[in-house]
Amino acid sequence: MGEIEELQKKAKEIRKHIIKMLGEAGSGHPGGSLSAADIVTTLYFHELRLDPSRPDWPDRDRFVLSKGHAAPVLYAALAERGFFPVEELMTLRKLGSRLQGHPDMRKLPGVEMSTGSLGQGLAAANGMALAGRLDQRDYRVYVMLGDGELDEGMVWEAAMAAAHYQLDHVVAFVDHNGFQIDGPITEVMSPEPVADKWRAFGWHVININGHDFKQILDALAEAKTVKGKPTMIVAETIKGKGVSFMENQVNWHGVAPKPDEVQRALAELG
Amino acid sequence: MSKKIATREAYGEALLQLGRENLDVVALDADLAKSTKTYDFGQNFPERFFDMGVAEQNMIGTAAGLAAAGKIPFCSSFAIFASGRAFEQVRNSVAYTSVNVKIGASHAGITVGEDGGSHASVEDIAIMRVLPNMTVFVPADAVETAGAVRAAAAINGPVYIRLGRSAVPVLHGEDFQFEPGKAVVLREGLDVTIIATGIMVVAALEAVDQLEAKGIRAGVLDIHTIKPIDVDAIVNAARKTGAVVTAEEHSIIGGLGGAVAEALVEHCPVPLKRVGIPDQFGESGTPAELLEKFGLTPGHIVAAVEEVITRKA
Repeated sequence: MGEIEELQKKAKEIRKHIIKMLGEAGSGHPGGSLSAADIVTTLYFHELRLDPSRPDWPDRDRFVLSKGHAAPVLYAALAERGFFPVEELMTLRKLGSRLQGHPDMRKLPGVEMSTGSLGQGLAAANGMALAGRLDQRDYRVYVMLGDGELDEGMVWEAAMAAAHYQLDHVVAFVDHNGFQIDGPITEVMSPEPVADKWRAFGWHVININGHDFKQILDALAEAKTVKGKPTMIVAETIKGKGVSFMENQVNWHGVAPKPDEVQRALAELG
Repeated sequence: MSKKIATREAYGEALLQLGRENLDVVALDADLAKSTKTYDFGQNFPERFFDMGVAEQNMIGTAAGLAAAGKIPFCSSFAIFASGRAFEQVRNSVAYTSVNVKIGASHAGITVGEDGGSHASVEDIAIMRVLPNMTVFVPADAVETAGAVRAAAAINGPVYIRLGRSAVPVLHGEDFQFEPGKAVVLREGLDVTIIATGIMVVAALEAVDQLEAKGIRAGVLDIHTIKPIDVDAIVNAARKTGAVVTAEEHSIIGGLGGAVAEALVEHCPVPLKRVGIPDQFGESGTPAELLEKFGLTPGHIVAAVEEVITRKA
């Protein structure tokens, strides 16, 4: 099996985990978890230099899920990668669980930064990148932002700083699925033109289809060749990708599937 | 007590010294390095100094990432911005995560002076001490400031250090040992205890002398650590003297007075009077004029003492 087929297969497993854990939890955010699934899968099963047995290994690559409400996709990837047992996914959002509603770095191994309050992940990633440079370690720092999250002013403070400090070991994604809670981003508060904005802030910008593994892999490879500036990969994605009745439906931003919907979704995912 | 040094000056010096001793210490500023006194650190350790521009939220968030990767970041800005503008970043990226970030918050209180009410932080102690995992230091002089910086570096977690703009007398000798969470008994009293923090400690000592002339024997408890606060010392002082006056350059709501009231009501209810900034914002003026206008002079402490002892059982 080629790498892309393996990634596709893994992404399907991760999507099934997302559906099952959200169904069990009874609340949470399927839309933005599913839209980010192919990129997060590629990060954890191709890109990131990690050792699940040593989550605090100083030389590891870091991934910060700035859009922390997509916690299920992160948890599913961490479990599949071996940071904790897959069965634990079903404790999501339950009292006493290490799988908090939004990622908590103090509770779950593999979570690099507690996120959920939008706009803060890129700054933290920049800080990790600055520390890596000071320590002369060659780890890289990856970040995923939502497109609705770009409304937050702090994102642009951090965007400015990453370019100013020439953090070419920072690679960010925008999960550009076109929706935020209150509706389409172009109707609620348009961040467009997204790519032009990042370019104007001094970033190397790559536009891809965020569900095309070849394009994801190529973009990650290209980012490694960029010197002196951070890379932003603007990924066109589909909110709810992989589950037909969730796709492009803003109502699936923050509502968990009911048992029959879980079954229908799992049947579709195969 | 003749020598006068602003606590922000002492902070800058202590940070520079710490930078020499510990290579993991880094400093961040938000375009105020010459005012917060991190400038010398930046000149001496340019590779460990990050000016983040006028972007306090990003400064705090970046510091959280630096700390998550093993550094000991000291972030500096004016108290109003460090605690206010960046509050939610401090709350979620620093306190909630309990990462090893230190916040040096200068120009606190009304003694920021002529810059006026927009810049006079009257609420920062209250909003920092309510955060879980946060340690809050309010040093009274240069010696306590140096101790607070050193103690902050030794604590593995978030620390807020409140600093002033104006020069204040040096109270302590070089042999003073700064113990986090331990109040300092500066004067033993019998009739009343003045519990003070920051620049009001000096005012409290002056008040003691005035009170002595009136035959009132007042003690002074110097609270350099607002959180965790030294409940035992507060309760012991209240038991011994039967009345308490608090004094702080902060709103009377939620700061030292609030913390002392919480401790006393639960453990040893005695008459209490809070000297502090009334429930209002600051304004422009010289520090001396403002301290007089807002009721933060030794004379105001004396008046509070005379009132509170009339309520003793």
